[in-house]
Amino acid sequence: MTTRWFGARVQRAEDDRLLRGRGRFTDDIDEGALESVLVRSPYAHARINSIDVSAARAMSGVVAVYTAQDLPFGGTDLPILIPHPNLTHGRTQRCLASEVVRYAGEAVVFVVAESRAIAEDAAELVEVDYEPLPVVITPETAARAEHLVHDDVPGNVAAEMVQEKGNVAAALESAPRRKHFHFRYERGAASPMEARAVWARWSDGERKLTVYDSTQSPTSIRGGLAVLFGLPESQVDVIAPDVGGGFGPKIMLFYPDELLVPYAAMQLGRPVKWTEDRQEHFTAVNQERGQVHEVDVGYDDGGRVLAFDDDFIHDGGAYTPYGIILPIITAGQLPGPYRVPNYRVRFRDMYTNATPTSPYRGAGRPHACFVMERTLDAIAADVGIDRAEVRRRNLIQPDEFPYDVGVGWQDGNTVVYDSGNYPKLLETALEKLGPKPAGENVGMGLGMYVEGTGVGPYEGAHVQVLVSGKVVAATGIPSQGQAHATVWAQVVADELGVDVRDVEITSGDTRRFPWGVGTFASRGAVTAGNAMHVAARMVAEKAKKIAADHLEADPADLELVAGAVRVKGSPQRGIPLAAVAVLSNPVRYAFGGGTEAATQFTPKARPGPPLADGEEPGLEATGYFSPAGSAWASGCHAAWLRVDPKTYRLEILKYVVVHDCGKVINPMVVEGQIEGGVAQGIGGAFYERLAYDSDGQLRNASFMEFLMPYATEIPKIDIEHIETPSPLNPLGVKGVGEAGVIPVGAVIGSGIEDALGIPITEMPLSPLRLYELSTSASTSTSTR
Amino acid sequence: MKVNGFAHPAPSDPRRLLSDHLRHDLGLTGTHVGCEHGVCGCCTVLLDGAPVRSCLMLAVQAEGHDVTTIEGLAPGGSQLHPVQQAFHECHGLQCGFCTPGFVMSVVGLLAQHPHPTEEQVDEGIAGNLCRCTGYASIRRAVTRAAVLLAPLTPDPSPLGGEGANPADRSSSGGEGAGTSP
Repeated sequence: MTTRWFGARVQRAEDDRLLRGRGRFTDDIDEGALESVLVRSPYAHARINSIDVSAARAMSGVVAVYTAQDLPFGGTDLPILIPHPNLTHGRTQRCLASEVVRYAGEAVVFVVAESRAIAEDAAELVEVDYEPLPVVITPETAARAEHLVHDDVPGNVAAEMVQEKGNVAAALESAPRRKHFHFRYERGAASPMEARAVWARWSDGERKLTVYDSTQSPTSIRGGLAVLFGLPESQVDVIAPDVGGGFGPKIMLFYPDELLVPYAAMQLGRPVKWTEDRQEHFTAVNQERGQVHEVDVGYDDGGRVLAFDDDFIHDGGAYTPYGIILPIITAGQLPGPYRVPNYRVRFRDMYTNATPTSPYRGAGRPHACFVMERTLDAIAADVGIDRAEVRRRNLIQPDEFPYDVGVGWQDGNTVVYDSGNYPKLLETALEKLGPKPAGENVGMGLGMYVEGTGVGPYEGAHVQVLVSGKVVAATGIPSQGQAHATVWAQVVADELGVDVRDVEITSGDTRRFPWGVGTFASRGAVTAGNAMHVAARMVAEKAKKIAADHLEADPADLELVAGAVRVKGSPQRGIPLAAVAVLSNPVRYAFGGGTEAATQFTPKARPGPPLADGEEPGLEATGYFSPAGSAWASGCHAAWLRVDPKTYRLEILKYVVVHDCGKVINPMVVEGQIEGGVAQGIGGAFYERLAYDSDGQLRNASFMEFLMPYATEIPKIDIEHIETPSPLNPLGVKGVGEAGVIPVGAVIGSGIEDALGIPITEMPLSPLRLYELSTSASTSTSTR
Repeated sequence: MKVNGFAHPAPSDPRRLLSDHLRHDLGLTGTHVGCEHGVCGCCTVLLDGAPVRSCLMLAVQAEGHDVTTIEGLAPGGSQLHPVQQAFHECHGLQCGFCTPGFVMSVVGLLAQHPHPTEEQVDEGIAGNLCRCTGYASIRRAVTRAAVLLAPLTPDPSPLGGEGANPADRSSSGGEGAGTSP
């Protein structure tokens, strides 16, 4: 294949309209829609004694007010997306709570009105009589089980899982050296700049439901709505238009509004919209990362890990709509790029009276990475070698792939690393980092990671050459800024021999491509990217076959170059792709650029019917790609940082990323993903903290107090790509969406420990927390 | 008030925010609303040429003033404004939600400091949050925009102006634990 566009810094196709203010985000869509708001529980745990909506209903301008009992599906538990045999006590919320609320922010009443202002005013007239119940807010209090989040879930344990490779007890017993560690990682929030929004319209004449949803998975939303409302899937269109960042939490089946807005639109016969405000986004949208780990590690005098035993609890939140995928990922990725001959991991997924959890960029990995990397730093200190050397001695070597870690993976198989060159990542990062800068309180942060990317089950793509010669292509997964319209065009353009600017991509619109799963888990390039490649190649083969008939050539002698199908070695013998598109559809009308070129060929008759057996009209194809296993990306981050000994202000002097996401489709886009990921990691490591109090109230639900970094907090990131192609997909790509964020907590923790000489075993940090740690006698235990 | 050069009647509701007025009454949905408490900067527009947060203003406060929104920078599909062009060239946007606010802030920044130092760039965009890019590409875009604008600026001050900061960052003063004083 030609690789003219693959690998090039192609500028983005999606920029122009976004830069002109012509993007189309869900809240930009109006069309006379009624507006709505949700009344949410102010309590983290309470029994609902009564709900009185009479005053709200009576208010002028209010169109409808729904409680659970007003909904035909009001008594139905929402689905568990990914059931698992170890999820013995899975619980999900209902669309609107009517008996018990289990987190502050849980939806109780839905108000629809002529305007947002009226809906807000009416929501304030809703009277709910709550009887507060004891609150379980941290995973540690959940584990103590003095109070229960769900009456029928003993011990607050949703799931428990134990996995073991080798014989950990024996290996720990015989290890020359052994240490115990306690690590604590708190919840974080993705906080995309666009909060969530849903718009829906029901057309009675067409019996068609159209939904615009800022979701990462319109195909799944469509499937769910069709079942819920008893409609054929063909009568439900779900479109994720421009989506202002996702980072994981915008994929859920379902947030209550995703059912309520379409339902109200069907009931009321008018479009209905709902747009989340920033404050409710803080508590209504899933969070992640809360875990507490107890680690026993055994190693030899050279710092080689012999046995690793981790027992951790995971803060699942009030419900488990996403199953136990997060702790499974943590357990599977904890060993990272290192040989751990004996590994045991036990986790318990704990219910707490906090917002439910589901993957947030990194999804179980930043905490896993923190645990492993901080442990290695401690081993290095104990045996007296430097922190690079301890990693060097434990890394899996390039000749050991495929490498079986020996524990389970999120796709149901075991964790098997497909490819990589971990020593090269480390050595390149150290080289790029350079010598220690001058000055006091300067420390080196170091962290390595692996990431299982591109999980299945599959994605698909449709590619069509139009009679104009332009190419349109569509896939089911939507974009939240990852440049799908550019990178898929690069893949398609290479196969079809056309200019990348002649390929127009549609993503996340079930009208154009109804099958697929969603944009999450760093899987877009692997799954949809390869599906585009497969579909485009099918189109190319079809074009060659049609052109061969007319050029009287063997298809094997043809190539697609410069917008034409040509005989290899005889560029003058060719037919424009536009003409092939016309010829692919044997009818007697024609418009378009290819027609004239095609007419000289159309008289050429061939025996049999115009459309032979097995032939389909149109120069188009639908292709799918379903990976056999995850493509394992990897990387090493290294940093010099300085901590002010008086103010504990963090200054990152140099930050280096050396990473391997396989073949790079567009370096500019990949660098953007890395830079954004690192920034999000820095925010989560040192600036952002979800400050829940013991009553389960989030005390800082605003950007005034949840300190997302501005440009002034984020350093320049020095990036190098190492390409070890994945053998598991035709393009050789691995995902990169989450990579940037994964080791940042470990790197910042490592660097601060080195700079200040105090053990860092928790995340996030802050100037205040560093002050506390530096001044307290017990430096390694959380005060919480 | 004038919006992108055209006169518009005052909003009928005196409580209407300028951001809501632009988006919902005038249909100028390029101005985005990210937090509605003046921190994220997504809603930044120019008021008489200076960046302001349209979510912190009532629409009636803009009476008698010139408002420029993102739609007014390159009207009618004309060539991109140099700042927009620079964001495109430097991959200064991913999801595009914060982008209009950034672009308007940078237009204001470069009007004040046509040749900004690195620190002026950081300070100039430190009232806008971006969750996608990590800011590196936005910094490059500001520098690039200064280059693209240079031939268009009749009399650029070689040192850059040192006047009042154009950006309304009143709400970001206490933000970001690591923000430089």
